[in-house]
Amino acid sequence: MLSSVILTLFGLTVLTFLIGRVMPVDPVIAAVGDNAPEDVIIRARAEMGLDQPLPIQFLHYLNQLAHGDFGMSVLTKNPVATDIARFFPATFELATAALLLSIVIGIPLGVWAAVRQGSITDQAIRVLCLAGHSVPVFMLSMISLLIFYSALGIAPGPGRQDIIYDGMIEPVTGLLSIDTLIAGDLDAFWDALTHMAQPVIILAYFSMAYIARMTRAFMIDALKGEYVITARAKGLTGLKVVWSHAFPTVAVQLITVIALTYAGLLEGAVVTETVFAWPGIGQYLTTSLMNADMNPVVGSTLLIGFIYVGLNLLADILYRLLDPRVQ
Amino acid sequence: MNAAFRTWALSEAPSSRRQAAWGNRYRAWLNLKGNPLGMIGLTIISIFILMAIFAPLLATHDPATQELANRLAAPNAAHWFGTDELGRDVFSRILYGARVTLGMVIAVVVLVAPIGLAVGCIAGYFGGIVDTALMRITDIFLAFPRLVLALAFVAALKPGIESAVLAIALTAWPPYARLARAETLTVRNSDFIAAYRLTGASSWRIIFRHIAPLCTPSLIVRVTLDMSSIIITAASLGFLGMGAQPPSPEWGAMIATAKRFIFEQWWVPMIPAIAILLVSLAFNFLGDALRDVLDPKGN
Repeated sequence: MLSSVILTLFGLTVLTFLIGRVMPVDPVIAAVGDNAPEDVIIRARAEMGLDQPLPIQFLHYLNQLAHGDFGMSVLTKNPVATDIARFFPATFELATAALLLSIVIGIPLGVWAAVRQGSITDQAIRVLCLAGHSVPVFMLSMISLLIFYSALGIAPGPGRQDIIYDGMIEPVTGLLSIDTLIAGDLDAFWDALTHMAQPVIILAYFSMAYIARMTRAFMIDALKGEYVITARAKGLTGLKVVWSHAFPTVAVQLITVIALTYAGLLEGAVVTETVFAWPGIGQYLTTSLMNADMNPVVGSTLLIGFIYVGLNLLADILYRLLDPRVQ
Repeated sequence: MNAAFRTWALSEAPSSRRQAAWGNRYRAWLNLKGNPLGMIGLTIISIFILMAIFAPLLATHDPATQELANRLAAPNAAHWFGTDELGRDVFSRILYGARVTLGMVIAVVVLVAPIGLAVGCIAGYFGGIVDTALMRITDIFLAFPRLVLALAFVAALKPGIESAVLAIALTAWPPYARLARAETLTVRNSDFIAAYRLTGASSWRIIFRHIAPLCTPSLIVRVTLDMSSIIITAASLGFLGMGAQPPSPEWGAMIATAKRFIFEQWWVPMIPAIAILLVSLAFNFLGDALRDVLDPKGN
């Protein structure tokens, strides 16, 4: 298992390296300008290591990665690693809050649909979930801004905090909702929470749809088990049977689903962050894309890929630890 | 005619293979007809395809003609869905946009399905080192969220419809390869395959003439289920400015150029968004119903 994970990570690195090398703009010309004399171009090419054969360039790239060096961003003039360290907490905050919300809502909805299988409730939950798979994230984000920010005026606009709190909060964890609490500034905490509300609820809806659907499918199987019939025959009430007999058998499978959902949230965050001007890794990625700034693109893509693989591995390990049947 | 077909197809004792096959198809259709969500989906998809085919006949205006004196108009009798920031008729642009979206979806499927099928069947049939190597490559592509990988690919090529199609295709084939491999594994050791081998058929002949056709039906269901995700990825690329480029009436690109009017003329970006929502919802409804019909135990 570990060897296959390492191979996958290696493959990810090769893939992102190749993506970074086949770009339409020559990075040397981009650095020295169109009108640079021939000898300057040749010297710059040698300095950037781009006159070497591809495999040598790849080894060089690996060596850089091993030292945590993702190259420089042309746009921000910072090392990409520094930028990522600065932008990542915002995405982490968004995705984690969305995940927690979707677990709290999605699991009970899925269980409810399974218990009432075939009823109007079940159908309604099904449509709600299918809609969650079909609405583009950017559409919901725009509708939400239109209604709650523009028309009703009850939600704050795009961004992570109000301009008056800008630079007021000492970054400790990088998670604004926690940093404001550490600073003891309740007004700023409330401001951060209200700014999070819209993107978090929208992201949570998408993962909720997936979690609820999977919970329903697992629970329908679990409720058919003989131990459930036995528990009912012994006179236990319906709710007790569902939650303390059937649900625990499903919980282990749900861990895998939740890990996959978390990975999917990273994808949703790319679009949501663009609409809500949320200064996270997704916005960093798209802004760099627009400006053909390849190092940040490759760096953030690689990071997201590594997180994805890591989450899958984590789900696998937890599954093995928690389910006594898996050897 | 209908009644005759019905009794012929539903006959308890079909007299030919063809009759039995049509019987199965007819029963599946009856099942699908009994699923209201599935039928809603099928209807919307049919309308969408007809819109795309007959766009020049249905359009009330030329989709590219600008009417700058009449920009950002609200929906009215002359312009059913209003006009955009250059005074172009949004209704006609939606119709032509259906062509772009449908074209992209078809192009992706045509690229992806054969690749996935070939990789999966070859990996499953040969096993061993071939299987390991091909599946490792598949895992690498599966290790990225689809949109993020597509974005990186488009960045490496250049923004545009062709790059978007290629990027989505590159990210979409791995699940099909997985599926085809699983199907191949279930048939590869069966007697009829052994019989072909004994008659001297080459491995390639067995794979492409005998195994691949058996994997196709489940692949089709999977493609239908995947359709809405392809549409949303294409639209998201357009929205992020990495897919179809203006002045193309691709729906995602239309939203991208119109999103700055969301607070004043909300219908300009919202109408293409509703179009995307309807089509992708329709594919999800249909896919969900198809899964119920073709795999009763899956529900």
